[in-house]
Amino acid sequence: MSAITLDNITKTYNKGKVLAVDKATFDVAEGETFGLIGPDGAGKTSIFRVLTTLLLPDGGSATVAGFDVVKDYEKIRNCIGYMPGRFSLYQDLTVEENLNFFATIFNTTVKENYKLIEEIYVQIEPFKTRRAGKLSGGMKQKLALCCALIHKPRVLFLDEPTTGVDAVSRVEFWDMLKRLKHQGISILVSTPYMDEAALCDRIALIEGGKLLSIASPADTIKKYPGKLFAVKAANMHQLLKDLRSYEGTHSCFTFGDAMHVSFKQDANTDVSKLTGYLTAKGHKELEIAEIPAGIEDYFIRITEKEIAEK
Amino acid sequence: MDNNIAIKADKLTKRFGDFVAVDAITFDVKQGEIFGFVGANGAGKTTAMRILCGLSTPTSGTATVAGFDVYKDAEKIKKNIGYMSQKFSLYEDLTVMENITFYAGIYGLSDKDIKDRGAELLDRLGIAHEAKTFVGSLPLGWKQKLAFSVAVIHRPKIVFLDEPTGGVDPVTRRQFWDLIYEASDRGITVFVTTHYMDEAEYCGRVSVMVDGRIDAFDTPANLKKKFSVDSMNKVFYELARGAKRKAD
Repeated sequence: MSAITLDNITKTYNKGKVLAVDKATFDVAEGETFGLIGPDGAGKTSIFRVLTTLLLPDGGSATVAGFDVVKDYEKIRNCIGYMPGRFSLYQDLTVEENLNFFATIFNTTVKENYKLIEEIYVQIEPFKTRRAGKLSGGMKQKLALCCALIHKPRVLFLDEPTTGVDAVSRVEFWDMLKRLKHQGISILVSTPYMDEAALCDRIALIEGGKLLSIASPADTIKKYPGKLFAVKAANMHQLLKDLRSYEGTHSCFTFGDAMHVSFKQDANTDVSKLTGYLTAKGHKELEIAEIPAGIEDYFIRITEKEIAEK
Repeated sequence: MDNNIAIKADKLTKRFGDFVAVDAITFDVKQGEIFGFVGANGAGKTTAMRILCGLSTPTSGTATVAGFDVYKDAEKIKKNIGYMSQKFSLYEDLTVMENITFYAGIYGLSDKDIKDRGAELLDRLGIAHEAKTFVGSLPLGWKQKLAFSVAVIHRPKIVFLDEPTGGVDPVTRRQFWDLIYEASDRGITVFVTTHYMDEAEYCGRVSVMVDGRIDAFDTPANLKKKFSVDSMNKVFYELARGAKRKAD
C-alpha cells in the first residue's frame, strides 16, 4: 500500500481566482522519503495542508495511510505527524511540557515511544525546563520534530524544516531523517534548497502549482537535455555578460565559483569556438569543462521560461 | 579616514551579561566591495550587523562605518547606509509607489528626487505598470528586488543585506545577484549575509563567524585553498561544525 496518494488534487483560493495547486498527482511508497522541491509560492504548503486534512481540496482525491483526506480525516490525524513551516508549538510551555502535551492528546506517553525520539531529544534535554519560545532556531526545530514523532506516526509531514537554518544544522537534520527512514516511517518533506533534494528517494519539482517532474534524484538529472559546461575566468562578472551575449548560448547562470552554460540545440558546441570568443574578449585564466547537470540546473532549465514571463 | 575603506572594525566586542555575543572581531571592507558575512545560526552575525548599522552600542573595541564612529555618530551612520532584510522590508498594504515614496521620504529625499528616482527605479525593474499594486500581492521575487532598490534609493555608501534571498526560486535568486553586482559597479559597498554557500562564492571577500569570533576572512579562492576543499560550503562546514554555541 502507498503511504500517500494524490490523484488530480486541485486547490484554489480567493473564490477560484488563485490556482495554488493544479491537478497534482503522485504517490509516496511505504517507507519512502519523498521531497517536494520548489520555491516559495510554488504550492508546497497547500499540498501539505490538503494531505494533513487542514484544507479541503477543490478537486481530485487523496489518501494518507490508506484513508481518504475528506471522509476519514479523523483517522488520518491520528496516524500522522506534521511539522508546519512556521513554529507551532506552545511558546509559553517548557520543552518537557510541550512534549507531554502532544503525547497526551494522542493518547500515549513520552515513555512509550521514547526510543523513537531519544537520539534527537537528548540534544535538547539539558534545556527541558526552558520555555519553547526561548529556544534557539535549531533547538525549536528539534523539539518540533520530537513532538511530531511522539505518537509514532506512520507518515511524517515536514514542511520546509530547514528554511533559515545554517548549513551545518541542515546536515544534522537530514541525518536524523535518514535514521527515521530506517524505522520505516514514510516521509513527505519540502525544501527550497535544491542540494537537499539529492537526499530523498524520489523528488517532485514544483513551480506555479504544477508538478514538473517526478523521479529519483539520479533520474531527474539524467533528463537534462544536451550538454552543460562550467566556465571560469578571472573577471566573473564580465564573463557572465559576455557568455550571455554569445550567439550559441541558450542560457548562462552563476553557480558558485563558475558559470553554467548550455548551448542552443542547433549551436556548435565546439569548446574551441567559445574559447576563441572569450579570449578575444580579453578573458584571462579561462577554464571550460563539460560537467554533469545537477538538480538546480534541471530546475532552472524547466522553469526559466515561466519565470521569465512572470 | 582612508577613503577606500567603507567599514573598519577593530576588536569589536558585544557582551550581554556573561555572554560574549561578538568576541573581538577585526576586519575591514573596501569601498565598492561585495563582502560576505556568513556564520551558523547564533554565531553573532545579527548582533555585529546591528552595531555596524548604528542600532546597538558595542561593549568595547572600535568600528567606523562610512567614516563615522559607531559610538558617537550612530545617527550619521544611519543616514549613510541602506538596510534590507528578508523579513522586515516593505509595507504589504501600501502600493509599490507608496512604499518608494515612504522610504525615500524617510531618507530625506526631496519631492523631486522621490519622483525622479522612483520612476527610474520602476523602469529599471520593469514594473512601472505595477506602481499602484499593493506590495502584498506581488510575487516574492519582485518584492525582494523592490526592497533592495528601495534600500539604495538614497544612494548610500553601504548597503546591508540580511539574508536577502531566502526561499526564492533559483532563477530569481540569481537575478537578485545581478542587482547586487550593478550596485557594486555604481560604487556602493555591499555587506551581505546568506545561508546559501554558493552565494558566498560571488563575494569579493568572505568572513566566517564561529561562536562570536571571525575564524576565517579572505577571498573565496584563498579560503578554499587554505582548507583544501572545492567549495565554500565545505569551508563553512569545516569551520562551523566545531562551534560550541547552539543558541540563536
